[in-house]
Amino acid sequence: MAVIAGRSRWGALLPARFSTLFESRGASLAVFIVRRILWMIPIVFFVIVITFTLMHLAPGSPWDKSGGRQLSKAVVDNLNARYGLNKPLWTQFLLYVNNVIHLDFGLSYQYQNKTVSSLLLQSWPYTATLGGLAFLLIVPVGVGLGVLAALRQNTRVDYITMGFATLAASFPNFVVGSLMVVVFSVLLYRWTGGNFFLPSSDFKLDDHLIMPVITLSLLSIAFTARLTRASTLDTIRQDYVRTAWAKGLPERIVVIKHVLKNSLIPVVTILGPLFAFLVTGSVVVEDVFNIPGIGRAFVVAVASYDYPMILGTTILFSLVIAVANLLVDVLYVFIDPRVRLT
Amino acid sequence: MALPAVAVAQEVDWDVPEKQIGLWQDAWQRFRRNRLALIGAAIVVLLVLVAVSGPLLVHFGILKDPLKQDVAFIEVGPGQAGHPLGSDELGRDTLSRLIFGSRVSLSVGILVQLIILPIGLAIGLTAGYFGGRIDNILMRFTDIWYAFPDLLFVLVVVSVFQQYTSGSIVLQVLMIFGAIALVNWVGLARLVRGQVLSIKEKEFIEAARSSGSPPLKLILKHLLPNSLGPIIVTLTFGIPNAIFLEAFLSFIGFGIQPPTPTWGQMVNSGYETIYANPSSVVFPAVAIGITLLAFTFIGDGLRDALDPRMRR
Amino acid sequence: MAATLLEIEDLHTQFFTSRGVVRAVDGVSLHVDAGETLGVVGESGCGKTVTALSVLRLVPDPGRITSGRIVFRGQDVTKMDDSEIRDFRGNDVAMIFQDPMTSLNPVTKIGPQIEEAMTAHNRFTPEQARTRVIELLTRVRVPAAEKRVHDYPHQFSGGMRQRAMIAMGLSNEPSLLIADEPTTALDVTVQAQIIQLMKQLNRELGTAMMLITHNMALVASLCQRVVVMYAGRVVEEGPVEQIFKSPQHPYTWSLLRSVPRVDEARKDRLVSIKGLPPDLSNPPPGCKFHPRCPFVVDRCKVEEPNLAEVDVNQVARCWVLMRNVTDSAVIAAKASALSVEAVQKLKTPGADQDGSAGPV
Repeated sequence: MAVIAGRSRWGALLPARFSTLFESRGASLAVFIVRRILWMIPIVFFVIVITFTLMHLAPGSPWDKSGGRQLSKAVVDNLNARYGLNKPLWTQFLLYVNNVIHLDFGLSYQYQNKTVSSLLLQSWPYTATLGGLAFLLIVPVGVGLGVLAALRQNTRVDYITMGFATLAASFPNFVVGSLMVVVFSVLLYRWTGGNFFLPSSDFKLDDHLIMPVITLSLLSIAFTARLTRASTLDTIRQDYVRTAWAKGLPERIVVIKHVLKNSLIPVVTILGPLFAFLVTGSVVVEDVFNIPGIGRAFVVAVASYDYPMILGTTILFSLVIAVANLLVDVLYVFIDPRVRLT
Repeated sequence: MALPAVAVAQEVDWDVPEKQIGLWQDAWQRFRRNRLALIGAAIVVLLVLVAVSGPLLVHFGILKDPLKQDVAFIEVGPGQAGHPLGSDELGRDTLSRLIFGSRVSLSVGILVQLIILPIGLAIGLTAGYFGGRIDNILMRFTDIWYAFPDLLFVLVVVSVFQQYTSGSIVLQVLMIFGAIALVNWVGLARLVRGQVLSIKEKEFIEAARSSGSPPLKLILKHLLPNSLGPIIVTLTFGIPNAIFLEAFLSFIGFGIQPPTPTWGQMVNSGYETIYANPSSVVFPAVAIGITLLAFTFIGDGLRDALDPRMRR
Repeated sequence: MAATLLEIEDLHTQFFTSRGVVRAVDGVSLHVDAGETLGVVGESGCGKTVTALSVLRLVPDPGRITSGRIVFRGQDVTKMDDSEIRDFRGNDVAMIFQDPMTSLNPVTKIGPQIEEAMTAHNRFTPEQARTRVIELLTRVRVPAAEKRVHDYPHQFSGGMRQRAMIAMGLSNEPSLLIADEPTTALDVTVQAQIIQLMKQLNRELGTAMMLITHNMALVASLCQRVVVMYAGRVVEEGPVEQIFKSPQHPYTWSLLRSVPRVDEARKDRLVSIKGLPPDLSNPPPGCKFHPRCPFVVDRCKVEEPNLAEVDVNQVARCWVLMRNVTDSAVIAAKASALSVEAVQKLKTPGADQDGSAGPV
């Protein structure tokens, strides 16, 4: 029986230990996930610390803005006691952290009978819908355009899609949003006298969402398309694609099983940042289109110096982004068999 | 493939400076051939010229004073009453506000990079050079920092310090610089660290060390020419990002306060009168877009020109 | 008399780059008979790989076959349509490539990669393919093949990857296997094993092989005939023993001088060929080798020689021919081929190869 060639540098390749290598990947995957989950804790903690510190660096007290009236000292003292603001900073911080663990973000300063959690709960469906729809739009369109441009490199299709992508990538979403409102609402309205997609104060799950979703997605579509195109072009030049052709495989199989299967891997890595972008983008888009989601609530909270709300929203956002990144990393491990789980 | 390999023996570059002259000339050639990059560069040059000459133009009466309110001509459309691009809700001339707004955007965008550069360099160098625990700690730190969504962070920071800075435009500008720099230094630090690490890997460092030359000086000597390119590209791409953040801040109502005009502000206030006078939104919006586009083209062009591995 | 499987007639393949037209294959004619192993040698850039790629019509952009015929069993490959060429590739003629790490799909398991070569041509059902893969891998000496089919390429060692590539190439029992530098990317010990394997397979299966290499030692152990290429043209062709014993073209002679020979007493130092291969978008006039030729005469600089018969079954493209070169000229050539430093080293013991620039 022939001996394995040379001195193998990878001990794990010896046949006797082959099956353990396979099994241990499953085990290390579990360890990997647990590690990453644990890693999220310091991140969120750090976020809390920073935000908390910043909040308390702000001048004045949160009561300066209440309804424009100057509150009497007694009232202020009362409020301070109620919100625990008269305790030393350390104590406040520890109390806060304790509360956060129990998912209690405190009471909002603006709406003094509502908790931050309830406010978040009430706004999050809008943001989730907006983000979810945007995501469903971005991934197929972005990847599709990128692949198309790569397969038809240097043709008109390529130039048009990439030109559009570059353009779209340069206009920040509030600019795009505003322009869209101008074009579709104002101008069309003037020309047709009709009532197209005007941002309105009440929010329904209907075609009023078209413009916000597109606005939110545009930049990400452009970015995804460019990345996919670059990755696919790179993959097409690889030796193993040449091998696939040399085997006499039909074009469909070469493109799907050999080119795309490899070129889409790097694209997965941007899903994490994409998610973060959707989160921050929603802040802008909700403001422009007057959608009562978490993003807009955040902006309003910042403007009103509603610290619990600001803190709570920031923590929520960071947590969501961290979880999304974790999911993407796990997904990546599944997709790319070369990844080593250390 | 079978393209003729007119291969010249690759030599270890002990002599760095000579090699670099060729690189820059070559890069300039490549940049020149990139039409989009040239267009971008032209736009930026034009913008800078206009921005710089703003006060002069007002002084000589060619341009209206951006701060001068004229209640008689509120929300005038473009081309009317001596306002080439119309006027805003307080009768101020849109064109001159645009020009003065560009001063804000450009200075924020470009000058912030000057703050990011030393921070990123310092941290990247430290992490890469010392390696080991220090590197680990610093990288964990940057990971955590990176996890913080930048827009939110900037908003929070600005909202906190906003009140301290009202009244003083200098302080406002500094605050914005600080906030933006704080979120954007991570990319540069990582880049520098990567460069330092890859230089450390090269064998001639080991050789030099055994012959007694101080590694830090050697690393710096080789770091600068090799990483200057990527650093420049990173900073160039940082400019549109900074401009965007500033515009967003003023759009929301933070950052630089009126009466100093900024593009973000203009979009915001124009938005309120969007039905009556859409041009008050369109002009600043387009201005932002074109400026970002121009810098992105330049960034792309620089990256392609400086990357020795790029093929057409 | 063995039947001719593949006949390449006056093939021209060119690359249309922004810097000009590169004539990578400039009028190459060769043939491969059934069951034989043909060696195609030359230094990097001489066009041997492009010739091979042309046979399968795999020449990458911006390259194109511009003229000539490639006849396989009576059919002209250059005129095949898409479905015919798909049928042809991996089936009648298979090709294996130089670097098995980059030539295998990193995200697909080895088993399916070989299976798809078989199922694509509808010669085997998926179930048959699956069992056959294990047989093939065992045949190429991959141990524990039933388990190995579930591995990814990065889990294989270099030698085993190359074996897997060979298995893949042979999976459809092609009449001709083109091997482009199959051992170059491997460790020396592994190379020997692969060579042994290929000899064995050739014996067992009778597959004809076109072996592309710059390694003359490989040619000596595996091939019956050899074609020497330079600057996109064939400069010598003939049976291996004849060529090795009396090469007629100075380039062939120089190539052989740079290979350690066991059959000769080691009187001469190894030499490399001075100079660099010509720029194929702007080649020199006359004989393309003349700037580097130690035996050049005036005619070489002006007029390009044709392939002329110099012996039984041996042709060479040269005005001079080695058999017409005097011994003193040969000695002078050997001396001048050494750089100054190498001559110095000759005087000190433990000297090795000289340091003049040269490929190979």
